[in-house]
Amino acid sequence: MSEHKTMTLTLIVWRQKNANDPGKFETYTAKEITEHHSFLEMLDVVNEDLINTGKEPIVFDHDCREGICGMCSQVINGAPHGGQDRTTVCQLHMRKFKDGDTIYIEPWRARAFPIVKDLIVDRAALDTIIQAGGYTSCHTGGVPDGNTIMIPKPIAEEATDAAECIGCGACVAGCPNGAAMLFTGAKVSQLALLPQGRPEAAARVKNMTEAMKECGFGNCTNHYECQVACPKGVNVKFIARMNREFLKAQFA
Amino acid sequence: MQLLTSSIGRKIVMAITGQAMVLFAVVHLLGNSSIFGWLNGGINAYAEHLHSLPLPIIIAFRLVMLALVCIHIWFGIQLTIENRGGRPRQYAVKSVQKATFASENMIWTGCLLGLFLVYHLLHFTFQVTNPETSALQHLVPLHDQMVPNVLGMVVAGFSNFFVAFIYAVALVVLFLHLSHGIQSFFQTMGWSCDKSQPIIVKLGTLVALVMFLGYVTIPLTIFAGILKG
Repeated sequence: MSEHKTMTLTLIVWRQKNANDPGKFETYTAKEITEHHSFLEMLDVVNEDLINTGKEPIVFDHDCREGICGMCSQVINGAPHGGQDRTTVCQLHMRKFKDGDTIYIEPWRARAFPIVKDLIVDRAALDTIIQAGGYTSCHTGGVPDGNTIMIPKPIAEEATDAAECIGCGACVAGCPNGAAMLFTGAKVSQLALLPQGRPEAAARVKNMTEAMKECGFGNCTNHYECQVACPKGVNVKFIARMNREFLKAQFA
Repeated sequence: MQLLTSSIGRKIVMAITGQAMVLFAVVHLLGNSSIFGWLNGGINAYAEHLHSLPLPIIIAFRLVMLALVCIHIWFGIQLTIENRGGRPRQYAVKSVQKATFASENMIWTGCLLGLFLVYHLLHFTFQVTNPETSALQHLVPLHDQMVPNVLGMVVAGFSNFFVAFIYAVALVVLFLHLSHGIQSFFQTMGWSCDKSQPIIVKLGTLVALVMFLGYVTIPLTIFAGILKG
């Protein structure tokens, strides 16, 4: 096996004991990091060091580590998920960094996402938005035959583009207003585009956007930072579509 | 009513009142451009035409414009305060990809435009800042009647460096506000998709730029002595 060149990095990490703790930045050194480590694996290495020296490890959310579950949530040098196009933190690799780099690691920052500990925030507010209408009411029964409801291919594809949202909340973290418009827009659009979602479309957009407001998310001012932050490349056209659905719902 | 309380509703109200004011500004620019002489009698004839409209129409129009301005300012301030609370603590490193200086400073460019609007109305509409050149006090003949000398008032105003400078700065601020505002209208009304949106952003900035150039030509040509009374 060939020798890998290793890097040494300076990490400035947000540490916060609980929601009431004011929190502060702590500086750590990450040693023996190779370009093949993912960002989370790099933190695993740092945490092993911390545990071995009797210190509290850095707490962060993660699950699938395949870029599809939406659990990992870190703002790296000011960019949600590290700023690499269509990449979650777990799929961000250390080859993106250089030996000697200083990296700031922070949790999602938004009023609607209270910090649980260190880099973990409570994203239950996104669930509250879904509970307000992010579903279709349908009778369960026998499995229907495939393609009994015909959906034109462009519509199906557009709905699938909206459905790419993994609910990680990077759009909220990237928005200077802490708004959840891209998340809600994607969910509203996905269902409004399909025939199964049409009957409840008007009530859905009203209820979901109301829940969004009540959860403490800010309002959209069309900066489009959310689209850049989204690891799935969900387009702001879905916010425009939600606005259109909202206007229609006022006359429904 | 959801339009006045909800997140998207208030955004739509901001968009419609803003866009109505943009349309006013476009017509205002076309009217003002009569100062360059394409209309027989120039800006004095244009002003006389506006003032000869029935009084109830003038009053109603002014009240509507006042309402638009007030609603736009009210919701603008309300939404900005809410949005500033949306992210209680800023990131240690600021990383901005798509937001612009214009989009981040709408509240400040808006406030400056509000102040300028007050000055502009006191200067040319109510004519109290420079009463010695007031058009209403200095009538000139036009097509066998005596009309207010708007041309003389405008030329006298912009011959002063500070007045011309204030207008030029205000027009830069207007450009910034509209460069974000015009494209924002289409997104908020839902009249955009992924293909049209980047084009709308560019066209919005272009329209704002054309309006800036059109407006700023008036004080510049007067201050440079090219356009004379």
